[in-house]
Amino acid sequence: MDTSTFLIQCLNALQHGLLLFLVASGLTLIFGIMGIINLAHGSFYMIGAYMAFALNPLVERWLGGGFVTTLVLCLVLAIVLGYVLEAAFFSYLYRRDHLQQVLMTYGLILVFEEIRSLLVGNDVHGVPVPAWLAGSVPLGDILTYPVYRLFISAIGIGVAILLYWVLTRTRLGMMVRAGASNREMIGSLGIDINRLYRIVFAAGVALAALAGTIAAPVSSVYPGMGNSVLIMCFVVVVIGGIGSIRGAFLAAMLVGTVETFGQVLFPSAAGILVYVLMAVILLCKPEGLFKQG
Amino acid sequence: MMHRALNRALIASALALTTSHVLAADKIKVGFMLPYSGTYAALGTAIENGFKLYVAEQGGKLGGRELEYFKVDDESNPAKASENANRLIKRDQVDVVIGTVHSGVAMALAKAAKSSDTTLIVTNAGADAITGAMCGPGIFRTSFSNWQPGYAMGPVAAAKGYKKAVTITWKYASGEEQMAGFRESFEKAGGTIVKDLTLPFPNVEFQSLLTEIASIKPDMVFAFFAGGGAVKFVQDYHASGLQKSIPLYGTGFLTDGTLPAQGDAAQGLLTTLHYADGLNTPRDNAFRAAYAKAYNNLQPDVYAVQGYDAAQLMQSGLTTVQGDISDKAKFRDAIRSATIDSPRGKFTLSAAGNPVQDFYLREVSGKENKVVDVAVKQLADPAKGCKL
Repeated sequence: MDTSTFLIQCLNALQHGLLLFLVASGLTLIFGIMGIINLAHGSFYMIGAYMAFALNPLVERWLGGGFVTTLVLCLVLAIVLGYVLEAAFFSYLYRRDHLQQVLMTYGLILVFEEIRSLLVGNDVHGVPVPAWLAGSVPLGDILTYPVYRLFISAIGIGVAILLYWVLTRTRLGMMVRAGASNREMIGSLGIDINRLYRIVFAAGVALAALAGTIAAPVSSVYPGMGNSVLIMCFVVVVIGGIGSIRGAFLAAMLVGTVETFGQVLFPSAAGILVYVLMAVILLCKPEGLFKQG
Repeated sequence: MMHRALNRALIASALALTTSHVLAADKIKVGFMLPYSGTYAALGTAIENGFKLYVAEQGGKLGGRELEYFKVDDESNPAKASENANRLIKRDQVDVVIGTVHSGVAMALAKAAKSSDTTLIVTNAGADAITGAMCGPGIFRTSFSNWQPGYAMGPVAAAKGYKKAVTITWKYASGEEQMAGFRESFEKAGGTIVKDLTLPFPNVEFQSLLTEIASIKPDMVFAFFAGGGAVKFVQDYHASGLQKSIPLYGTGFLTDGTLPAQGDAAQGLLTTLHYADGLNTPRDNAFRAAYAKAYNNLQPDVYAVQGYDAAQLMQSGLTTVQGDISDKAKFRDAIRSATIDSPRGKFTLSAAGNPVQDFYLREVSGKENKVVDVAVKQLADPAKGCKL
């Protein structure tokens, strides 16, 4: 592997890692702070992607188009969905054991997949890349790099910074962190923990849907797309340390690097390398790279 | 005492069942084991539609006998495959099983059919072993073996003057079998495969492998992906700019049923398959018109053709035995020696029961895979490991 190829592969790893982080950040919020194993997280990613597919033509027709408009619309709908789901289902789960959480969220996967099948069918669909991001930059002598991929990376970095700022520098973030470490105490201090959880959950859903919406033009939308993402997300969250945004970011980068270079250098073992990485990290640090916080 | 009574009751009911079986023998029992839910649901429906279209064209009968249908949704789930197969074979006691799409499910189905000596017509699954190591006197296929579409591209690539190729696919049986077919014919024609790139199924993060292709700089790339993976690979390949200097080729699955989603990225791609758009033969035109008429303007695809031809296979066998399907040996010999006038063009079956058929070179134009040429005429699968 010569230097330029190596550098391009590093860029690929970074870009892949950032996309992983985008999806996993929502999961680590919900998992770490609310203590809920949310298997339906992949479905929220899928819903985001399908919203991009379904809303794109509608936005074009009624609102004169615009990728950003679609994005904002998807985000708003995702937040509403998160709010409703939390109130209707998840709020009953906090005091239940993990098995019941797994059962219900698994049930939700089936429900969402079936609704998707009824509404949109089982075909594979493409979502157009917005015109102003459709170009590509030359990289090496015959390879070019799509601008849209760079845009995904930028969003990933933006979300990481925003989350970090909210959690460490704002009052809301302080309450969230407090709620994560001691649920009863924060309640007795007069903070409405239910409202707080609802916000966190909605934010988690919105992050997953955002990732889906943004990934839709490069990944296309297809049945079952959420499930493949879900497994990688859990790997990222577990490696990073449950509930840690910083950990999720670092873990996503690690997983992105291992996947990218593994595929090229050890193709026959590419499928298991990530899990080996997870096993090694858990052996050395059973709670993941970072403890909650 | 209790046992004896129970035994007697069982024997009595068994006898009753046997007699009713003989009495009901005026209809031939056909079992569809197809995916009616999940990702492949549309394919299962197309196969059944195709089958029933041919039966309807024969006045609702095959070999002068009426048919009774039994259906099982196999969900493309290999874990439930044996159980589902036995529901048709043991419970419904069907004479012929038609199915299925997923290779893993089809392998289990073939095993069950072989051990119970039930006739099976495979209508899509391409696993080489079905008409290879696992072949049997009652096992037939109206689709293809994975080896075939891969092999068909070799001569085409060599004729274009390519010497060095890279292959890329998922690391699982279907992909590797297709690549093996391509390797065989491409190397025979003097080419070399410089590298086999694979990624775990169903991973779709291709960027690192595209970078690898750019650093190897082969003359061409040969690919197999399907469904969502095919859409994403073709789009990523296009976006990477590689298409300009390293042309992409593939088996037909790369561009079949995925063109609306692939859009501009797929235009001009060349693929090989046993069916194509724009064949423009009277046989194909008639079939397409009839299918669209029967199914509410739905356009037929390769799966519908494979279902249609399964009914044609049965017809040729049943005509010879004059509807007496209990004469299994004669029924099967007749199928094996039949020439099927398929919408795809005429084909016969190999000794192992796999179609010996033309493979088309197709070019993507708009939302169609237009036929350009015949890549290989009457291509027969080598049926490795088959002792028939």
